[in-house]
Amino acid sequence: MADFTFSVILNNLLWAARWTVLLSLIAFVSGGIVGLIVLFGRVSDHWALRLLTAGYIEFFQGTPLLMQLFLFFFGVALFGIEVSPWVAAWLALTFWTSAFLSEIWRGCVEAVPRGQWEASSTLAMSYFEQMRYVILPQAARIAVAPTVGFSVQVIKGTALASIIGFVELTKAGTMLNNATFRPFLVYSLVALIYFCLCFPLSWYAKRLEGRLNVAR
Amino acid sequence: MIYQLSFGDLLPYWDVLARGLAFTIILTAVSTVAGIGLGTAGAGARTFGPKWAGYAVGVYVELIRNTPFIVQLFFVFFGLPALGVKLTEAQAAFLAMVINLGAYSTEIIRAGIEAVPKGHIEAGLSLAMSRWEIFRYVVLKQAFMKVYPALSSQIIIVMLGSAVVSQISAEDLTYAANFIQSRNFRAFEAYFAVALLYLLLAIAMRAVLRGIGRLVFPKV
Repeated sequence: MADFTFSVILNNLLWAARWTVLLSLIAFVSGGIVGLIVLFGRVSDHWALRLLTAGYIEFFQGTPLLMQLFLFFFGVALFGIEVSPWVAAWLALTFWTSAFLSEIWRGCVEAVPRGQWEASSTLAMSYFEQMRYVILPQAARIAVAPTVGFSVQVIKGTALASIIGFVELTKAGTMLNNATFRPFLVYSLVALIYFCLCFPLSWYAKRLEGRLNVAR
Repeated sequence: MIYQLSFGDLLPYWDVLARGLAFTIILTAVSTVAGIGLGTAGAGARTFGPKWAGYAVGVYVELIRNTPFIVQLFFVFFGLPALGVKLTEAQAAFLAMVINLGAYSTEIIRAGIEAVPKGHIEAGLSLAMSRWEIFRYVVLKQAFMKVYPALSSQIIIVMLGSAVVSQISAEDLTYAANFIQSRNFRAFEAYFAVALLYLLLAIAMRAVLRGIGRLVFPKV
């Protein structure tokens, strides 16, 4: 059996952490894209679209991410498609992220003065033109800080992918613990690596928030 | 072949679901009370306490807020026994939940404390109140009133996060779903039903918390 020295444990964890980073990045980007689509429905004039997207957000915000992971993992398989933990984690994190981001962004869109909608509609702009050229550029300015803040939640969310068997940082920690029986050391290091990933983002989000308050 | 959904297969296990639901509710209720107590103490230490206490609380808050709950849970359940602290699954779940909510509520309550106008504190000082009396009688209630909505949604987030305690075999609602699907192989049905139970619980909790808010802070 291999001898697990401190450096071996740390190396293995760092090696696994790249999957945490990769999954976070992919989920954040695809979640942002889906979230933008949901946002368009959420702030549209059409009541059915608003109701549908509100239900979507309620479901993904009102159920545990772990349940969503299980549902995608076992649910897609019902259609006869074999899903790898990687795909299930990606799907679940994407939809979960999109629900939170669209709700955050809705707040930002609603912070844009009503007159901007009215002015752009008197210029005969379509809904998409209004959003694209008038509303979103203004909303984006205030959306940056909470969006960066939410990225921390996405990184922490990827830890749950370990439960359906995706080998990222947390799963690697569990496996190393099973091999070394040094849980205190292993989980301290796991926590420390997560902290190193998340803290700079938290700090940056806070700084952006502060800067926004000064601008007003 | 098209898979036939069969939610009827869950019915024989209603008692397992009920017990899991009860555990999740109790876990959430207890950790809410203890966690907010811890958060109040932390926020007080950060704003009214000595400098070193403020720093210590700051480190605690940032450590918890920037690591996943599941890692905190594993640390408590697997890591602490190495230091001689042996916990059962349920004890570890309760402890991890309290530590987690404690950090978040510290930050939320601190924001509320800082939003209390300086003049109120000065007024308290001019009445010869001690720092503790000012904190207790002048600041705290106003602070809670301001952050009550934020605190409520954090409680619901923590409740949803508690699904993870099933991973150390604490017998919560998710554990019930795992148990059922291991017996009748109806994984999707079990998880879907339990997801809906969580959703209903979240909606019910939101209503209850709003009711409590109306009762405790009238005219808000």
